[in-house]
Amino acid sequence: MKELSLNILDIAENSTSAGATLVGISLEEDSKGILCMTITDNGRGMSQEVLKGVQDPFYTTRKTRKVGLGIPLLKLAAEQTGGRVEIESTQDEKMHGTTVRAYFDTGHIDFCPVGDVISTMITLISGHPDVDFEFNDISPRRHVSLDTRELRQVLGDVSLAEYEVLGWIREYLAGQYAQGTGGAG
Amino acid sequence: MISLAELAAIREKMKDKVAVREGSAQTRVVVGMATCGIAAGARPVLSAFVEGVNKEGLAEKVAVTQTGCIGICQYEPVVEVFEDGKEKVTYVKLTPEKAERIIKEHLVGGNVVTEYTIGANG
Repeated sequence: MKELSLNILDIAENSTSAGATLVGISLEEDSKGILCMTITDNGRGMSQEVLKGVQDPFYTTRKTRKVGLGIPLLKLAAEQTGGRVEIESTQDEKMHGTTVRAYFDTGHIDFCPVGDVISTMITLISGHPDVDFEFNDISPRRHVSLDTRELRQVLGDVSLAEYEVLGWIREYLAGQYAQGTGGAG
Repeated sequence: MISLAELAAIREKMKDKVAVREGSAQTRVVVGMATCGIAAGARPVLSAFVEGVNKEGLAEKVAVTQTGCIGICQYEPVVEVFEDGKEKVTYVKLTPEKAERIIKEHLVGGNVVTEYTIGANG
């Protein structure tokens, strides 16, 4: 993957495949340059056996081919900066879901840039307009946020996947990044 | 900065159109968006199709959607075009530039861009 925003897209696609109705995506960078990327969902979760397997590059749930590379690629990107990946998952009836957390040292020479996270959010929302996404990008310099549940309240029956709506979301996020601070608008 | 007020305005504009569009697409453009596709550049290809279809005024006729791994990872980014009454067309190793040509020649003009199909690249 050329940029971390593509890893985010990839991991979040797994969340939607797991039947999640809400996916949280957050980037939190502290003053020391340690970036914590979290993708958390309320999907069906994984068994302990599957959870062990997903970090192995030769593991996949698909029957057609036997290689699943999403988590190993994320792990590689994190570990090459001295960071790590943690995955928690539960299939508990009331509390099911999965959380993938990756830590990166942004000052490390092998840190892969975050890249175009706005396009990742647009791609996720346009592909899964019935799933809610809560996005936060927080660092000492900025706080960018988006919650599709808020947008849905404004939109009523109009789909989040409408071209004009996606254009609004792109501009809304770009505006927050330009300002360096967040806000509900 | 753009605000929720502009979003509300979009809603006002769109709310009457919603019923017309749902399920009325005659053509489906399906972009593979699994690990293989994403790593190969499917995200900008998808954006190019969404932008192009809307700019060409095809939004009522063409639906751009996403799917998982299509099973030919070495040919990613892969896009399948399904048209009513026609055989499926599989485009391979796409870029945003190739997507623009497919929009103009295939989706608008009705002519398959043969050189980008899997048949010409297999």
